[in-house]
Amino acid sequence: MLGEGIIQGLVETARNFFGSYVEKDRLTTVQYPEERNELPEASRNFPFLLFDGPDPEAGLRCVACQICEKECPPRCIHIEKSKDKKPDFVGKPQAYPAVFNIDVSVCMSCQICVEVCPFDAIRMDKVYELSTDDRFRGLLYTKKELAKSNEYYQQIHPVEAAETDERRVKEAEEARAKAAAAEAAAKAKAAAAAAAPPAADASTNGAAAPAKPAETKVTPQ
Amino acid sequence: MRDALLDRDIYEPEEGEIMEVAMGPHHPSTHGVFRMDVKLEGERVIKLKPVFGYLHRNHEKIAENGAYLSAIPYTDRLDYLCSMTNNWGYVMAVEKLAGLSVPERAEYLRVIVAELTRFQNHAGLIGFLLQDMGASGTPLMYAFREREKVLDLFESLSGARMMCNYMRFGGLRVDATKEWLDEVRSLVTRLPGFVDEFEALLRANEILLARTQGTGVLPRELAINASVTGPMLRASGVNYDIRKVDHYGVYDRFNFKVPLGEHGDVYDRYMMRLLEMRETVKILEQALRDIPEGPVMDPKVRLRGLRPKPGEAYGRIESPKGELGFFLISDGTGNPYRYRVRPPSMINLTILEDMCLNHNIADVVIILGSVDIVLGEVDR
Repeated sequence: MLGEGIIQGLVETARNFFGSYVEKDRLTTVQYPEERNELPEASRNFPFLLFDGPDPEAGLRCVACQICEKECPPRCIHIEKSKDKKPDFVGKPQAYPAVFNIDVSVCMSCQICVEVCPFDAIRMDKVYELSTDDRFRGLLYTKKELAKSNEYYQQIHPVEAAETDERRVKEAEEARAKAAAAEAAAKAKAAAAAAAPPAADASTNGAAAPAKPAETKVTPQ
Repeated sequence: MRDALLDRDIYEPEEGEIMEVAMGPHHPSTHGVFRMDVKLEGERVIKLKPVFGYLHRNHEKIAENGAYLSAIPYTDRLDYLCSMTNNWGYVMAVEKLAGLSVPERAEYLRVIVAELTRFQNHAGLIGFLLQDMGASGTPLMYAFREREKVLDLFESLSGARMMCNYMRFGGLRVDATKEWLDEVRSLVTRLPGFVDEFEALLRANEILLARTQGTGVLPRELAINASVTGPMLRASGVNYDIRKVDHYGVYDRFNFKVPLGEHGDVYDRYMMRLLEMRETVKILEQALRDIPEGPVMDPKVRLRGLRPKPGEAYGRIESPKGELGFFLISDGTGNPYRYRVRPPSMINLTILEDMCLNHNIADVVIILGSVDIVLGEVDR
């Protein structure tokens, strides 16, 4: 019968229309500014820099190794290394970024900076509604705007943050144990050198060993 | 004044007079920025020239200047509806080039995400095709409702809905959790019902049949000669599916059929997508049943600073639009010496004129819609 196909289609539309009153599955949209869907944990858009403790400047994990700058596909990261150094979380003196800028109008949210970062210093944020009326300075994020606390990271990516924290605690312990072992070994060597006859003391081996512990000294956080 | 307007000669084209129209680049039915220079005699198309390049973004040169890793997020932006299959094609070429192996679980997850991509691409395409035909809104809304569920899964797996950047040479970036797989399973059980609904909506509609049957016929020989691939080739009755021909990944372990058309018209191409959606559900069910435990990334692979031995490799997969190939030449340095994409959309588009000749101008829109193009891939 001519028109049968059209009626079949209309029945389907009617089923969907009336179904939307009873089945939740058929109603999929939300009233956006008032209602918001929660983003999944893995969700990502733009990178931010992590810092430990209360001070964003002192606790910044980034050591300005510039790996992310080199690996970033659209080259949206700009880093300038500092001249001086400060101790990192295991107490090793490290450089820090004097300038760290991300142009989010260039960033393509690919997460490669996060993957290549060996210091867990850069992570992906979940913020949206970032529109601004200043298209040059407003979308160029500096170190100050990028630095966000570890607590914030734990809040937006709980599972990932827990894993990272666990690993970092382990790494710090290992580094401390290693430093302590090195110190003990150096002390033992120095003691052995002191006990040895004066002829051995003049050798370069004995002279270099006691100088070592000063470099690997542990500074607590 | 009014009399003067009435007295003016109304322009009437003479018999055999030819009118040239530029359809696009801002025409809403061109799926992006694409132009067709059409020569018309009355409403009949006598010549058609596709003009593209409006969305050219220098993809191949950018990839040649970057490391092997940094090209992966750019492949997302080729066919921006199917980033997962684009990733797969590229990483497969790199894996061949560098001789890398992929863990079993990663292969299964690749099949799962690729088939979900195929499903959402076909659903979206049918929605757009019906929209072009004048079924404003409703079919597209139904298609997008289902597509959104797949994209939500992609977001919870990879972090982004469309620009997934999920695959890596030697495996995948992150493993899927048990909860994620359960969510996919519950979605897959609901998908056949959606396909039924979608099919009942318009398949037997008399208007649709009148508009699509016998329109834009692509003969079998021409399809082969023009190296058309994908559902378009199969709608013309050629049994060629790279999943069956190459058995890449773990596709040889799944039992599925390849739907074939008979007439090669717009209706066959439309039905081809509907039938493929059903087969996709079958593959998904089998993959979700058989997926093994284990790692998803080969630990020996160096993602950063990969330097394959000098040589060349061609990786190809059956993307939802056809054969998507990536050709790479390595000269032993950290970035490819030559990088070339074989985009299915563009090659399927080259025979547009042959399909459109002697049709009405209104049919050109639905013939173009049935080709399934994404301009990000055509222009690169």
